[in-house]
Amino acid sequence: MLRWMTTCLLFFAVSASAAIDTYEFQDDKTRERFQQLTEELRCPKCQNQNLADSNSPIAKDLRHEVYRMLDEGQSDNDIADFMVARYGEFVLYKPRKDLSTYLLWYGPFVLLALGLVVIVLMTRSKKKPVNTNAPAPDAEEGLDNQQREKLNSLLDQDRNK
Amino acid sequence: MRRFILFAPLAIFLVLGVFLYQGLQLDPTKLPSALIDKPLPAFKISSLYDESRVLTEADLQGKPALLNVWATWCPSCKEEHAQLNRIKEEGYTIYGVNYKDDRGKAKEWLRRYLDPYSENIYDENGTFGLDLGVYGAPETYVLDAKGVIRYKHVGVVDERVWAQLKPILQQLESGSGVQ
Repeated sequence: MLRWMTTCLLFFAVSASAAIDTYEFQDDKTRERFQQLTEELRCPKCQNQNLADSNSPIAKDLRHEVYRMLDEGQSDNDIADFMVARYGEFVLYKPRKDLSTYLLWYGPFVLLALGLVVIVLMTRSKKKPVNTNAPAPDAEEGLDNQQREKLNSLLDQDRNK
Repeated sequence: MRRFILFAPLAIFLVLGVFLYQGLQLDPTKLPSALIDKPLPAFKISSLYDESRVLTEADLQGKPALLNVWATWCPSCKEEHAQLNRIKEEGYTIYGVNYKDDRGKAKEWLRRYLDPYSENIYDENGTFGLDLGVYGAPETYVLDAKGVIRYKHVGVVDERVWAQLKPILQQLESGSGVQ
């Protein structure tokens, strides 16, 4: 039992040791901002991790830089600008809304609208040929007198059987 | 008309296919530098050899040159060192940024493997590296005579990479000669 517990504890210890620095924050709000920023900024070295997750030296430096700038009272935007000026738009996990990213932000909605339009058009154009081209089953106007007589006689034959 | 609409998915697939196929050739670890065509960030950092001598961005101006970010803790830097020495022998200028390193170790390294650098900036805390957008040594920048960054290479400078960098430097040199 004790062995089980120590094994479990061991696993806990390993998973909890990832990228922990000790920073003292002015208040809880700054701490939350720090967490949010380091989660939204990408580590330039290990590209599929954010700053908060990564243990690489550069991520550590950048976390420190984020902390320093927060401590100086700079805004989230200032910090994002600082990172973009050095590492490019790439470091933002949440891309900015500007001319180059409008397609990224609004493209899916445009596609959705386009899809709806196509569906509406298709359902409409499928109904139309049924109404116009195919004659209604009970329409007798299309028959001339001769045909009508023939039809009646055929029907009579049937009834008399 | 309706016939053609049937081919729309195929057309979309082909267009997507072309883009995705191109995506296969891209190297995701190669980042476009945010500093291309921008002047070198300002700095005031002591020289590696002489602690009392302060270098600034003005010291790196005058002629086109390479700026090489290196450190003794970086194995790839050792790999490219011989090539840097050869580049120096060809008569090109290389400036060094000794990035987050130990002064003693760095001096010893240069004594042992020869020193290809005209100047060496001792960036102990990596602050200049941070301003440069360095994310992993070695990195090599091509500077023009006015100290504007014209090209950035991340990784080892070997003969093949030098074959790419050399024409850029030569072009900058001929350009600055005319001006």
